[in-house]
Amino acid sequence: MSSLKMIMIGGSAGSLEIILNIVSELPINTGFCCVIIIHRKPSSESILQDLFSSKTPLPVKEVEDKEVIVPGTIYLAPADYHLLFENTTTFSLDASEKVHFSRPSIDVSFESAAQVFPASTIGILLSGANADGAKGLQKIETTGSVIIVQDPNTADVSYMPNQALKIVQHPVVLPGDEIGKYLRNLLVQ
Amino acid sequence: MIIDRFPSFAELLYRVKSDPDYLTRLIQELTINVTEMFRDPLMFKAIREHVLPILATHPFIRIWHAGCASGEEVYSMAILLEEANLLHKSLLYATDLNPSVIENIKKGIFPMNQMKLYSENYIQSGGKNDFSTYYTAKYDWAKFDEKFRQRMITATHNLVSDRSFNEFQLIFCRNVLIYFDKQLQDRVLRLFDDSLEKFGFLVLGSKENIRFSPITHKFRQLDNKQKIWRRIE
Repeated sequence: MSSLKMIMIGGSAGSLEIILNIVSELPINTGFCCVIIIHRKPSSESILQDLFSSKTPLPVKEVEDKEVIVPGTIYLAPADYHLLFENTTTFSLDASEKVHFSRPSIDVSFESAAQVFPASTIGILLSGANADGAKGLQKIETTGSVIIVQDPNTADVSYMPNQALKIVQHPVVLPGDEIGKYLRNLLVQ
Repeated sequence: MIIDRFPSFAELLYRVKSDPDYLTRLIQELTINVTEMFRDPLMFKAIREHVLPILATHPFIRIWHAGCASGEEVYSMAILLEEANLLHKSLLYATDLNPSVIENIKKGIFPMNQMKLYSENYIQSGGKNDFSTYYTAKYDWAKFDEKFRQRMITATHNLVSDRSFNEFQLIFCRNVLIYFDKQLQDRVLRLFDDSLEKFGFLVLGSKENIRFSPITHKFRQLDNKQKIWRRIE
């Protein structure tokens, strides 16, 4: 098993502001990696990378083929690809069918994280209008990892967190604007 | 394997060895054949603006689509060539490991429900025409104009075990290398190097790269952020 901690954040409609807040709260020098999977248009240019970079001193990278995982980096799933882990040191990309009408799909990345980083992942699922991410979050939970779900009452679109809350066992449920702080405390403990 | 419910890998292996037709089915099931017309429209725009004007100076244009799946990319390229008035002197070689998807290229028939997306991609790629003039709609299907298919040559080709079979001015191989490990990627990139004319172009998927490969010093990436390289030696 790897000692690297993997923070997996999935979000869709209405999640951007919360992700920006989480990113701004991420502590430096703790050796974790953060992977962000956000639904977006297939042809969108990588302005997200610049946007996240403006909120944190940590390096932000959109993942390329066979990208080597460097601790302390924030990774962004590229538009129009599914993002997976080849093993504990390397990412892999996949251009096959959409899952839940989405590519990148949150489920695909979450399930891969559960397989490659069992019990050392923190799964976070935010606002969205799609069932993507719920099953993946459940898989992360069953490996013994912490999972956080945005309180649907605070979500712009409550469907996605609600779908997850139907099937997971012991999620930490938090208002969107408190997730960043909670995560920070968890990481600097 | 889930599809045919083999109890063990050994039994799957036995079936592949004893039943030659089964290998075809296995390849069909294992390979990824998802593609779109004008997928990654800005790349096609760069081809229109920076590559076609150079290809136009050649008396004859040979293009290879390696790992072409069901042919959406080949038809997209044929449309670009037609609009640049180059189709008549071009040949598009479309190869894939999977024999069944290649059959589709010869038919030139694609699902009608995709046409709205393809039309949007086409416009983003710099297309000025009405996309629907390129096909005839019939029930749920769109059949593309025969003139495109007439400039296409299809064959099965295995990038891992087969050799170079011609010299090209332009090679597409998008979202195939992501499924290969580094060693295999290097081998395939050398195959492309062997198959490209001097000053020919190589196009990869938007997250693929030739950086760190043995052929990188022979190529220069075009200055437009797209994954298009030109062979410079």
